[in-house]
Amino acid sequence: MCATCGCSDDAGVRITEPGHGHGHGITVSLEQDVLAKNDRLAERNRDWLRRHEVVAVNVMSSPGAGKTTLLERTARESGLPVAVVEGDQETLLDAERIKATGVPVVQINTGAGCHLDATMLERALGTLGPAPGTVLFVENVGNLVCPALFDLGEDRRAVVLSVTEGQDKPLKYPHMFAAADLVLLNKVDLLPYLDFDPEVFLRDVRRINPAADVLRVSATRGTGLQDWYGWLRTSIASGERR
Amino acid sequence: MHELSVTQSVVDAIVERMGDAEVAAVCLEIGKLSGVVPDSVRFCFEVVCAGTTLEGARLDILEPGGQARCRDCDGEFALPDLIPLCPCGSANVEITAGRQLRIRSVEVA
Repeated sequence: MCATCGCSDDAGVRITEPGHGHGHGITVSLEQDVLAKNDRLAERNRDWLRRHEVVAVNVMSSPGAGKTTLLERTARESGLPVAVVEGDQETLLDAERIKATGVPVVQINTGAGCHLDATMLERALGTLGPAPGTVLFVENVGNLVCPALFDLGEDRRAVVLSVTEGQDKPLKYPHMFAAADLVLLNKVDLLPYLDFDPEVFLRDVRRINPAADVLRVSATRGTGLQDWYGWLRTSIASGERR
Repeated sequence: MHELSVTQSVVDAIVERMGDAEVAAVCLEIGKLSGVVPDSVRFCFEVVCAGTTLEGARLDILEPGGQARCRDCDGEFALPDLIPLCPCGSANVEITAGRQLRIRSVEVA
């Protein structure tokens, strides 16, 4: 039997096109993580952030969950020294909204890309040059799937889910919720109008990720935001890095 | 579609390691809990390989299942999805296999 693919000479008839033959050449063992390069760059970002005394929070969610509104409000009201890296496929719309709050911001446009990676953050850090003591929010591309896989070098991961998306999302998108340090349940002011049970949501978050913190907020109304600012202050004070 | 980035990372890493050698086959390990869909990687592979030393290479994918160890009862058990629940009822478990995303080997033409 072939050691590489398990095929066998008597496994049956094979039809082979010339030039695409299944030659039994020399097998070279590589044993390398596919994302090793991204993870190396992420460690470099983490080191850069540590040396520059910047705490970075990767903010992830579906499109429209309220990430930018949350960050606008945080920039204006938290009293924390904030800077933002915005990630979207196209447009400067989010960066313009953040810029209007008066805090430093750069926009990454990924084009066809569905997530940010460590190289993109490295370039954004070079352009933005956040001051020591800054809380740097990295607003990832709106997507509940791909961003969970790519370490950027951040210190904390916050996942925002709005109640309009439905309570079943932790079980449907477990990778994202498994990656979170904090889950923010947003738009709770709309709960009276929706069939969304926060207790079921909380139970399912716990099934996927027993260690994550969960906060209920409304970024437009301001509900629960003091808890979010408190969580940020605790994260900064702890000095723990991923 | 993070599989496109993942496949690009695979091809870049192999070209970096193998230099000019023509690669006839690639063996990947994509764990069932890795968050990467093997069929999507297969779909992207041919496109990403075009114009590189991997052009026309065969792709073999091993898909190891999830395994976990319970920190409370010390039992080992198969984990079919990302809900970390031990048969004893504890959620205090450590995922020991199934998340790997590795390039195992390549076959040089």
